[in-house]
Order: sequence, then C-alpha cells, then structure tokens
Amino acid sequence: MTDTHATTFTNVGRTRFWQRGFLASQSAYVLAALILLIIVMSFLSPNFLTSGNVSNITRNFSFIAIATLGITLVIITGGIDLSVGSTIALAATITSLTMNGLNTAEFYPFAGSALLISLVAGLSAAAAVGLFNGVAIAKLKLSPFVTTLGTLSMVRGLVYVATQGRGTFPAGPDKELFLAVTAGKFGEVPVAFFYLIICAAIMWVALNHTAWGKHVFAIGSNENAGRLTGVAVDRVKIQVYVLCSLAAGVNGIIISGWLGSAPANLATAYELTIIAAAVIGGANLAGGVGGAAGAIIGCILIEVIRNGLVLARVDPYWQQTLVGAIIVAAVLVDRLRSSRNG
Amino acid sequence: MALLELSGVTKEFGAIRALSDVSFTIQPGEVVGLMGDNGAGKSTLVKIISGIYQPTAGTLHFSGSRAHIHSPGEARRLGIETVYQDLALADNLTAAENIFLGRELKRQIGPLRFLRHAAMNARAAELFAELKSETRADDYVRQMSGGQRQAVAIARTRLSDAKLILMDEPTAAISVRQVAEVLNLIHRLKEAGIAVILISHRMPDVFAVCERVIVMRRGTKVADKAITASSPEEVTALITGAKEAA
Repeated sequence: MTDTHATTFTNVGRTRFWQRGFLASQSAYVLAALILLIIVMSFLSPNFLTSGNVSNITRNFSFIAIATLGITLVIITGGIDLSVGSTIALAATITSLTMNGLNTAEFYPFAGSALLISLVAGLSAAAAVGLFNGVAIAKLKLSPFVTTLGTLSMVRGLVYVATQGRGTFPAGPDKELFLAVTAGKFGEVPVAFFYLIICAAIMWVALNHTAWGKHVFAIGSNENAGRLTGVAVDRVKIQVYVLCSLAAGVNGIIISGWLGSAPANLATAYELTIIAAAVIGGANLAGGVGGAAGAIIGCILIEVIRNGLVLARVDPYWQQTLVGAIIVAAVLVDRLRSSRNG
Repeated sequence: MALLELSGVTKEFGAIRALSDVSFTIQPGEVVGLMGDNGAGKSTLVKIISGIYQPTAGTLHFSGSRAHIHSPGEARRLGIETVYQDLALADNLTAAENIFLGRELKRQIGPLRFLRHAAMNARAAELFAELKSETRADDYVRQMSGGQRQAVAIARTRLSDAKLILMDEPTAAISVRQVAEVLNLIHRLKEAGIAVILISHRMPDVFAVCERVIVMRRGTKVADKAITASSPEEVTALITGAKEAA
C-alpha cells in the first residue's frame, strides 16, 4: 500500500454563500414571500402600513410567537408538543386564580408581591406540564405525539375543573400592574413584542453558540449518535419540553392580560396554529432543522395574511384555507430546493 | 503488557447466547482483523468493548487493570474510541461539530459558556490534514460523500489520545477509492502507535492492513493467528465452518 491516496477532489467546489446558512434555509424563502406580501398589501390597502395596524399585527403575532419559539425547540429534537394550547390556558388560569386567592386572603406583603407570586405559580404549573411530557417521552420512551395528545386533554380538563368551566379574571391590588406588564405598550409597540425579541435572542444564542444548542440539533438529526458520543440525550429532551411549556405559559399570561380574563376555553386549538407557524418558518418535523428567526417569520406571515384578508374585506373564513395552503407551499418549495441541491 | 485482554467473555440476550467464552488479547499498536459471518458475534463483541453492552460473564482488562466499561463515555476516558458501522454522525451538524459532539471547546463568559467555533474548526482541519482527507471542517455532513463521512468518524477518534480504535465495517458502504483511503488511515493510526480492531467482511482489506486475524463463528472464537500464517482461503473456510478451528 503506497501513500499516494492523498486525494484531492477537484470536482468538489466550495458551496457559495447563498447555498449555506440562513440564506439557504426555508426561513429565507418564507421571509422573501413575507416581504413580497407586505409590499403587495401596502398597495392594496392604504390602512395596512398605518402605525395602528402595524401595532395590531405586532401584538397579535406576539401572542403565539413565544410559544412558537418553544415548540420549535421541540420540533428540532424531532418531537412534537400538542399540549401547548392547553398549557397556555393552564398558565393563564393558575396565574389568575392565584391573584384572586391572594386577594381574598389579603396577603400582600409588598407592592407587586401578588403579581410576582401569581406569575411564579402560573409558570410553575406550565413547567410541570413540560416536565411530565419530557419525562414520559425521554425516560419512559412514549411517543411524543400520543403523550402530548394526552396532556392536551388532561390539562384542558384540569382548567375546566379548576374554574368550573367559567374562567377567571385577574383581580386584586396588582391587577393594574398585571395588565401593564402583559398588555401595555411602549409608545405604539406592545410590551409582548419586547418579550418576544428577548426570548428569540436568547434562543438564537443558545442554539448557535452553546454546546446545548448543538446537542438539540444532534438529537434531531441522529439521536443514537448523540447517545454514543456522550450527549445527555434524555436530559436535553426533558429540558426542551419544559422550555416549550414555559414559553406557552408566558404566552398564556400575556393573552389573559390583553383579554382581561382567562376563559376556560382560552387558546383552544392554538397548538395547530403554533405548529403551523413553526413549520412555515422552516422547522422540519423530521427533526434537526429550525431556528428562532424562522419561528417568528412564520408567525408574522400567518398574522399578515389574516390581517390582510380582513383589510381586503375578504371573508375571514378563507384564512384557515390559505394558512393550510401556505404550509404545503412552504414545504413544497423546500422539497424542490433540496432535491435540486442534492 | 497487553493493551486489552478479554477473558471468558459471554453475552446472552434472553435465550440467545451471542458470545460464549471469548478470550483474546490486543497488544499496543497492533492492527487486528475481526472476521465472521453475519450473526457470528462481531458487533456484540465491539459493543462490549465500547461500553454499550455489559458482558453476562467474563472480564476485561485494559492496560493491565480490571475495566468495567459501563458506558461509551467510560470507554472514551480509558482511551477506547469507536467508529460505528453507521458512523453515528448527525447530518445537520458540520464536520467539526460532529467531531466535537459531546466534548465541545468552550469559552467561559461570566456564568455562561459559549462555543469556540474557530478553535474547533481549526482543530478539525488539522485532524483532516493529518488523515490526508479532503474534508472541510465547516461543511455539513449531509453534503458529504461516503469517504468524507468516514473521515469525519475517524477524525473524531483522533481528538483525544486514543490507545485503541474499534472500527466496525468501515469499508462496507463506500467506493473502491474511498476504501483505499480508509485503509491508508488505518496505516497512519498504526504508525502513530494506536491499536486498531478492524471488523470487516472484506477479506482483501483485512489482509492488506492487519497483522493478526481473529475469526468468530456462532459466538465463539475459532481462530486467532498471524496474517502471515494464514490465507484468505483458510479464513473463508473458518468463517463458513468448512474448517472447524485453526
């Protein structure tokens, strides 16, 4: 055996910058479609780009976008979480019930304490759902679809039980503060949008610049490889489901603040919109692909379409049909592109 | 002193006895071929050495002391690295990210630790240069040829100071030219003083790089002899059972 096999593949070129990274991802294509749509809408309706309408759109997509960030993490690991809608309702309900409870008990040691305790209670309840999902999926090896289908129903049932199906209203000394931190605005910008940007930035750094992020992608691309190379697969999976539920919980609290109440049927079927937003934004249900930017782009696209149809005086019932068509179109474009690139 | 010594290793899966009473030794820097037909127990043996399975009976000694290899991480700490048959690569990560998966280089900033992408890419590029493989550290594994993927899996074993590398069918699914590359890599590992156990179906590969061949049949060791004292015909006969033992 001689040493002449130091091969050079002269037919292998460097991939171009637009064939790598963000520009080569489905997220970039959907972003281009979104920008196009915004331009078209701005011509079709003079009201579309008014500050009031933009503020509206911003608030509306922020309602689901934080949960979409969370579910994107789960989808990157190759899992799914159908219980996010119910978790949104649970966090809102527990927060509201705790505020009421503290009010009745007249427990108010310092300014803002009722709000703080209620938020901790609401988010802990959400995290508990995620912990249940994560342990069942990672340790007991149950299927993510079936497990979270179960928690979808269980958690929704608990919300009805806890409120007798009537829903609850935030009350007590911190009610105004609660509404300000959830539904308030800085100028024309809803506060929820700032929470979203902070969460997205943290998620971007975590996915791209920490070992944990690489482990999330590794689990989604080849779980067995992760195990063999010493990645704590079970632990990362549990963390991802807890984060997903926490994100849903944050969204639930924000929505209940804007509504001024936490109805028991809050966010029913939101899981489908949230999964749709994640998938449109480029998260691949097969695992291993997805990102923070894509999740937000997906949410904006869905909201712009909804808003655009209203402004264009199109029957709003068309919205669902269009969102469905866009899911298929986004996946189709990605399919065509990846088959061309080999 | 032997680098690895197996004595009386037996592995049962319920009623199936996959390995029965297997003993052999590997010397430092030795390249040993492990051959056998499908179901002979080769992969089970590899998985016991790399810490995925625990033997039902028997003992392992590594560098002279008793070793309980209860996880792939433990095997790595001892200096045993494995190139798995399916390569165990994550397609959606780059070559460098795969090589460093589970032992990333990090920079501490306050309480947080961030990846050192540049350092990992540079080290990966160094490893590929050592292996004389035309593989770029920041390319995604999903875009790579079979030979390049193999190089990534082998480069991963070179990251730490490995003493023994197990290769499970490294030439099973790649082109002729890539096979030559992989065999060259094995030569370079040997030059670096690293012992290699090569599990293979391909007779020419084993005879090209190995000094010794161990033949398994139905979970037992039927031969353990120097390559120079054997022949492809004899090994074939041992694998199929035409010849009982040698």
